[in-house]
Amino acid sequence: MGRYLLRRLLQLVPVFIGSTFLIYWLVWSVPGDPFAGKCGERRCPDQYVAYMTEKYHLDQNVFVQYGNYMKNLLQGDFGQTFSQRDIGDIIATAYPNTLKLALVALAIEAVIGLGAGILTGLRRNGFLDNLVLVSTLFLLALPVFVVGFVLQWLLGVQWGIVKPTVSSEMRFSELIVPGFVLGSASVAYIARVARTSIAENRRADYVRTAIAKGLPMRRVVGVHLLRNSLIPVVTLLGTDLGALMGGAIVTEGIFGINGIGREVYRAIVTKESATVVGIVVVLVVVYLLMNLLVDLLYAALDPRIRYE
Amino acid sequence: MSDILVSEQSAPGSGGSGRPSGRLLEVDDLRVEFRTRDGVAKVINGVTYHVDAGETLAVLGESGSGKSVTAQTIMGILDTPPGFVTGGHVRFHGKDMLRMSAEERRRIRGEGIAMIFQDALSALNPVFTVGFQIAEQFRVRRGLGRAEAKKRAIEMLDQVKIPNAKGRFNNYPHQFSGGMRQRAMIAMSLALDPEVLIADEPTTALDVTVQAQIMDLLAELQRERQMGMILITHDLGVVADVADRIAVMYAGRIVEEADVYDLYAKPAHPYTMGLIDSIPRLDEKGQQLRTIKGLPPNLMNIPPGCPFNPRCPMAQPVCREKVPPLLQVGPARASACHFAEELVNRV
Ligand SMILES: Nc1ncnc2c1ncn2[C@@H]1O[C@H](COP(=O)(O)OP(=O)(O)OP(=O)(O)O)[C@@H](O)[C@H]1O
Ligand code: SF4
Ligand SMILES: [Mg+2]
Repeated sequence: MGRYLLRRLLQLVPVFIGSTFLIYWLVWSVPGDPFAGKCGERRCPDQYVAYMTEKYHLDQNVFVQYGNYMKNLLQGDFGQTFSQRDIGDIIATAYPNTLKLALVALAIEAVIGLGAGILTGLRRNGFLDNLVLVSTLFLLALPVFVVGFVLQWLLGVQWGIVKPTVSSEMRFSELIVPGFVLGSASVAYIARVARTSIAENRRADYVRTAIAKGLPMRRVVGVHLLRNSLIPVVTLLGTDLGALMGGAIVTEGIFGINGIGREVYRAIVTKESATVVGIVVVLVVVYLLMNLLVDLLYAALDPRIRYE
Repeated sequence: MSDILVSEQSAPGSGGSGRPSGRLLEVDDLRVEFRTRDGVAKVINGVTYHVDAGETLAVLGESGSGKSVTAQTIMGILDTPPGFVTGGHVRFHGKDMLRMSAEERRRIRGEGIAMIFQDALSALNPVFTVGFQIAEQFRVRRGLGRAEAKKRAIEMLDQVKIPNAKGRFNNYPHQFSGGMRQRAMIAMSLALDPEVLIADEPTTALDVTVQAQIMDLLAELQRERQMGMILITHDLGVVADVADRIAVMYAGRIVEEADVYDLYAKPAHPYTMGLIDSIPRLDEKGQQLRTIKGLPPNLMNIPPGCPFNPRCPMAQPVCREKVPPLLQVGPARASACHFAEELVNRV
């Protein structure tokens, strides 16, 4: 187990460097004058341009720039925007909000997706199975912004069950509807994967053995069947957290949540390349850590993995 | 409708009736079909056999003859759908298991009748330790605490002669060798001290040397515990040493039943004769192996009359018209052939 963990950790290093470099290079090579519009209506003074160029090493090649950026980053310094705001501060305020939203979405996915998947996997072709199949198809086919606007309008405006937007306190109760919207496509996906996995494993020899042992049905299903069927679902759920955070931009926009989606959008429009890179780098870290966590969970759930 | 359920065959000891007979485990005129997209396969067409305490019944027959499906029906693990029981009885201590409540039936599994499967690797749960899967029986079925259940599980591993049982307790099935996995499977099925053990080709997945060891172990445990054992196999060589009686299956029927000695000495059914002839013999080394010509019938379309008639070297016109019932042809032996008397009385 220790060696497995070490190997997985070492594998993360080149992936981290490769992906962050790509991001850095792509973002800074966006065409256009980085100083356009930075100094009101006028062109920026030469002095300012010279200062900023030196500060961000804009005259050096991209490898040197990236190297400098990483050096600072490893000391916890994300750099500053052109207007001298600490990017670290922006990240520190925006990330917790997005993380909260994504975690609520993940919890909803796990509860609804898994529940529907287990029920339908055990009883294929029943009424419930068809209901879930159709409704998940619906959720998969509809773009997030449609689900978002429809639910906001229906529940928030028309019926007044929830407030249409989320306050800055980000209370849990306010996040349920946005969380569902954000997780809607994944809920459908999880439900289907769980359904297939359960239905497949239900016929497995070891399930038959468990029945032949005379175990009560709830133990056959709850212990023997579920433990095996959940392996692919757990993998999906774990890797989904990064995707949910990265994909929160639309949902955050609809419900007025101050998260990284909005910050990234704002930074792209105003050509704040350093901000974009900073936010995305943190996202990469989230992805990588979740992947590692999933691998460890996987090994914990399936003993055959550990010894390979 | 009701005549579908009436027996076409009768066997020694059962008379093919609905009457309990004082047997430990008795399958009586069992019928099972699989309803698939391609049609209805009549897989079990009136199987009757029994096993008593302390004896071993070997069930023999080609692949697809319905040996496993019969066992699955006894255990209540038939794949339904597509499999359906359409008639017959499975009596345990005289009580019909097919007409019991699900809960009553569950209690018999493991404790009254236990089963071991051919492929222990897939039959054991890959994500739990071997020890957990054995101890589970003591914890769930006997309500023992964790420590006590573990102790009992290690005793079981010891009994099936797994070396270093204590250290092996926490191993996963994939860390065991094939033979050890089958031993663990045996330990698990014997945990609750069942009265009947069904072993469905317990050695086919193993090396020849290991096969013999497992067979010896099974025979020894059966003797010690005075269990009734149903040993399913298509290996005639294996049965001679361990079985008391043999039931030969063909196309979902018992075609011959006899004790081991009689069956080998003087088979009373052409199919059995073919099976015995196809055993490789040392004194005929170099000669071509004799096999039964042709293929088993399509179970969706079993030929009229005797199901064996297209392959039978002795077939007569009557064989294509009338189904031969399983009739007694001597003390404790039966055959389902129109010419069984002649076969038994030949010199
Ligand atoms: N789940 C199933 N669905 C459809 N048909 C099945 C199913 N299980 C068994 N059968 C059919 O039932 C027939 C009898 O199968 P069974 O497994 O009892 O044979 P067997 O005598 O045990 O053979 P083997 O020696 O190969 O194990 C076969 O023709 C098989 O195709
Ligand atoms: S009844 Fe006829 S076909 Fe069937 S086994 Fe006997 S001789 Fe052969
Ligand atoms: Mg079989």
